[in-house]
Formats: sequence, C-alpha cells, structure tokens
Amino acid sequence: MSKIFVVVEHRDGKLKKVSFELLGLASQGGNEAYAILLGEGVTGLAGELAHYGAKKVFVSDSPTFKYYSAEAYSKAVVQIATQNGAEVILTGHTPTGKDFMPHVAAKLNVGLASDCTQISISGTTVTARRPVYAGKATAEVEFLGSGVRLATVRANSIGIPKPDTSKTAETSAVTIDIGQLKTKVLEVVRGAVGRPDVTEAAIVISGGRSLKSAENFKILEDCADVLGAGVGASRAAVDAGFRPHRDQVGQTGKTVSPALYIACGISGAIQHLAGMRTSKTIVAINTDPQAPIFQVADYGIVGDLFAVVPELMKEFKNLKEH
Amino acid sequence: MNIYVCIKQVPDTETKIKLSPDSTGIDTTGIKWIVSPYDEFAIEEALRLKEKNAGSLVTVIAAGPARVVEALRTALAMGADNAIHVEIAETADNFFTAKSLAAALKKEAKVDIVYFGKEAIDDGAGQTAQLTAALMDLPCVTVALNVEYSADKIKAKREVEGGAFEMIEATLPVVIAAQKGMNEPRYASLPNIMKAKKKEVKAYKESDLGVSSADQKIKLKNFQLPPPKQPGKKVEGDAATAAKALVQLLHTEAKVI
Ligand SMILES: Cc1cc2nc3c(=O)[nH]c(=O)nc-3n(C[C@H](O)[C@H](O)[C@H](O)COP(=O)(O)OP(=O)(O)OC[C@H]3O[C@@H](n4cnc5c(N)ncnc54)[C@H](O)[C@@H]3O)c2cc1C
Repeated sequence: MSKIFVVVEHRDGKLKKVSFELLGLASQGGNEAYAILLGEGVTGLAGELAHYGAKKVFVSDSPTFKYYSAEAYSKAVVQIATQNGAEVILTGHTPTGKDFMPHVAAKLNVGLASDCTQISISGTTVTARRPVYAGKATAEVEFLGSGVRLATVRANSIGIPKPDTSKTAETSAVTIDIGQLKTKVLEVVRGAVGRPDVTEAAIVISGGRSLKSAENFKILEDCADVLGAGVGASRAAVDAGFRPHRDQVGQTGKTVSPALYIACGISGAIQHLAGMRTSKTIVAINTDPQAPIFQVADYGIVGDLFAVVPELMKEFKNLKEH
Repeated sequence: MNIYVCIKQVPDTETKIKLSPDSTGIDTTGIKWIVSPYDEFAIEEALRLKEKNAGSLVTVIAAGPARVVEALRTALAMGADNAIHVEIAETADNFFTAKSLAAALKKEAKVDIVYFGKEAIDDGAGQTAQLTAALMDLPCVTVALNVEYSADKIKAKREVEGGAFEMIEATLPVVIAAQKGMNEPRYASLPNIMKAKKKEVKAYKESDLGVSSADQKIKLKNFQLPPPKQPGKKVEGDAATAAKALVQLLHTEAKVI
C-alpha cells in the first residue's frame, strides 16, 4: 500500500478530467489517494474529488494561488508531500503539470517520468511507458535509486472512473510557507474560445492547408460544437494564418491523445502524425486516396471535406438528439 | 549582459526511427542531427538581446557525446560568441543533464539570462529548463512568447492552457524556455559557417563538474515501435451516405461517440 498524492487542476471553478483519471488510478490496488488542491475559492471542489477516490484532500485556499505559478505550486507540493509522507506524486501532463513538476523533482532530488501514456502502480513500484521521438517509439521508464516517485500523465491515457457520490473525504486546510517569490503573475488573458483545448478534448477535429482560409474553419468549428470537441490544425494551416499556433497539432505543436481525432484535408506528414498518432480512433477525410493520413486512419472517407463535414455535422446532431 | 543558451542536438524530424538490436535505445546510424527546433528560438532571442545591449556575450552550452559539438558550431555560425561542450553520455536523463548544465553555468563569472527551448523533440520531456533553474535556485519562465527586458527583471508573455496567456514578471538572473513564435530564427551565412568551424569550444568532463552517472534518476529502457496499424476501413458513397455510415461506425463499432 502506498500513499499516492495527486495534484489536481481546475479551471473556471471546474475540476479537470485528468485529475479524476489520476485519482482513479491512485485509489486502486489498495493504495491511498490524497489530493492536493491549490487555488483561491476552491475549497468547495474537495467533495467531488472524494467521488473519484480521494481519501483526503489537502487544500490551500489562498490569494497566493489566485493564479497558477510554478514557483508557488512547487513549494506547496513539496511542503504537503514531505509533511505527509507521499510515496508517489502524480499530476496531468498539462501546461501546468509539465511546468511545475520538474521543480518538485529538483527540490526532492528525485526523477520524474514525464508524459506517461501508460502507468501502473503496485506497492511503491511505479511502472510507466512514455512516447519518445514524437511517438515514433515508446520507452519504459525505470526509476533508479529510492525516493518519491514522480510522474506526469497525458490526459485520456487512463480513463475516468465512475464517480461514487456516496463517498466523502476528510479535508485538511494547509498554510504554505511561501517565502520570498522570484516570479509574479501579473495577469491572465483568457482566450476568447469557449471550446476545450486540443490537449484536453475527448474529440478533436483538425483542418489543414486545404481549408483555404480562416473563415472556412467555421465548418469545422460548427461540427466541433455539436460534439463539444476541440479544433486543431496542421502546421500548414497555422503558417498560413488560418489558426493560432496554440491549435497546432504535431511535432512542433501540441501532442493530443483524444478518443476520436478527425483529420480534415490533412495529408498526414510525419511531423503531424507525431502529434496525434496515439489517438484512440482516427478518421481521415481527404480527396487524395494516396494521402499518408489514411495509413494511420481507422476510418477514411475519400472525398471533399467541404461536402463531407457539413453532412457529418448533420449526422452527429441526429445522433445527439436521438 | 552575460547571456547563455542551453541547446540539445536531436534527430531531424524526418528521421525514421529504428531500434537498437537490444531495444535499449534507437539505432543512430545514418541519423541526420539538428539543433532541436525550440532551441533555435532560444538562440535567436539571445542574439537579439545581445544586439540591443552593447558589450554582451552569448555563450551556447550543449550536453552530450562528441557529436553535439556540431550543434554548438551551428549556434556559433548564427552569431554566438562562445561555446561550451559538457561531455556526458548519450543516455543521460534530464536530471543528470540539468545538474551538469547547472554545474557548468556555476563556473561562469556572472550569469544574467539562461535560455532553453521549451522542450527537446527527442524525449519531449520538457524538464531540463526547470530542473536547471531549480538546481541553481533561479526563477524560470517556460513556454515564453514575448519577453521585455529591464535592468533587474523581465516581463514575459507565456502560453498557458485553454488558449490563454499570462503575463509574468521575474527577477534576474532568470531561466527562460522559448516557445515557437517567440521570433523568427536567422540562418547562418556561409562566411559565418566557415568562421564557426575555427572557433574554440571549451569542454568540461564530468569530473570537472563534480557530476557522475550516479546523478541519473531515471532510465529509459525496453524501447518499442508502435504496433503496426491495421489497415483502416474506407467508408464509401457520396458525402451524405459516407457521413451517415461513418457516424454509425463511430457510434456502434468504435464506440467513441
Ligand atoms: C521541423 C518541422 C516541424 C514540423 N512540425 C509540424 C507540426 O507540428 N504539425 C504539422 O501539422 N506539421 C508540421 N510540419 C509540417 C509538415 O511537414 C507538413 O508540411 C504539414 O503537416 C502539412 O500540412 P497539411 O496536411 O495541412 O498540408 P498538405 O500537406 O498540403 O496537405 C493538404 C491535404 O489536403 C488534401 N485536400 C486538398 N483539398 C481537399 C478537400 N477539398 N477536401 C479534402 N482534402 C483535401 C490534399 O489531398 C492533401 O492531402 C513540420 C515540418 C518540419 C520540417
């Protein structure tokens, strides 16, 4: 039995799915799952963490954590983990998790397995596998020596457990000895989009150069909104100015692993595949039957995306309504 | 200003990855090596900062086997003044690498800014900038897009989740990890490439830095290639028919919607 701490994340007052996935993993096999919840006005989220397996929630509800910062987060995680005998610390391989976890690793003088897509914990032995060379291969991570085991796990790698609303967790309010900070977040400028980030979305619909304009991406957006999907893009579409770089999927963009990835008018260059090949189901829509994207696609439609995508949207709508 | 850039040499993005016979790593024969793309933004940013501040020096540092000197020469050809090769094994993990880089930086008289790329495209871990900063007790700003510099601090715009940006302030000295879009990296001119070949590259061995493979915290092993994908199903028919059939398959067969 080991004590597994999950640093949970939230945005706009809602907990992230990857945090639920990790609590599910942490509470299996007789292990004890503890959540670390940092923020301002977040204490109310503790109850939901219990439904997904947290036995106890350590909360630091303080203006210090109004904005995320690697410096403050890592201090808090190190303090809570050391005071309470954490044996494993997990968090999502999200923009937040990948930023602060190396600081925790350095301070605890231990190794960190980043971006794991497979992970299991038996006793205090953590076995993980992660993509390398942009998903062209995977490798097992072996922790050398002793100490706390640290891992960041890619969203959608484990699956969300069924919540048990009868469960409750003890909450422990923690005051963090924050000391002098060298960084200060001045403001966070929210993007206008209400759509999920491509790295978090369970479904991603991406478009390439063939969309021809920023405006034409509306057909993908409309289709995405029916499914609550994220909208991604190839580098060619980003370089052409159709989409911002934060939507780029691929080796020099985001790496995504959704349940469903729909590539519309994307040829399937090796650098694009690097960012999406671990998606569970891949759909390709392309006019060229020889396009390399069809080699990784589970389902393909050889056809014009401008004709197919609006039809798809209708069918998705149909399915959702019935 | 004393400006440093830590860079990594990685296989070109087009590389077809083959495993070594014992699966302890990849087969590196015939690989074309490049400077990791995010590190190019870091080099460019360092050079621009130097150009705005007369008397500044840009030093590039690369950790790894002998071949990484080639990456240092690329950076010298772009305009860096000095280069340091930290000689550690190819298999060094992020922690060992960061500890070696931090030790090399601590040997320098004064460090104002250390740039990294936000991640290297080989292991894609994105740890080394933060680890190095933490080991040197310096602030660290990752995924940085725009940086404004003043005498004792920087203000940076960095990309955070959900399509949002944040403005963050940090005191100098600082570690900055560059995101794509920070700038447009320059190409080295031919005369500069020739000149860079003759420049001296300082080298440190593990013993010079007081590090050893005992600083290694994790090991990657048992490499695997992704299982070959079963040929997918082509969904036939005109747009409306194919769309209907596809949605049915996604719903009943793949069960993803
Ligand atoms: C260092 C480096 C890093 C890179 N990083 C990335 C990265 O992160 N992400 C990335 O995506 N790329 C990346 N690339 C670029 C990559 O090599 C490709 O150039 C890019 O992915 C191509 O984008 P595309 O598929 O939109 O365009 P194209 O390759 O031009 O393909 C367009 C496709 O659309 C199809 N098509 C045209 N019209 C229609 C229509 N009406 N309906 C349906 N299909 C249609 C065509 O048949 C074609 O297959 C990188 C390259 C390098 C060198």
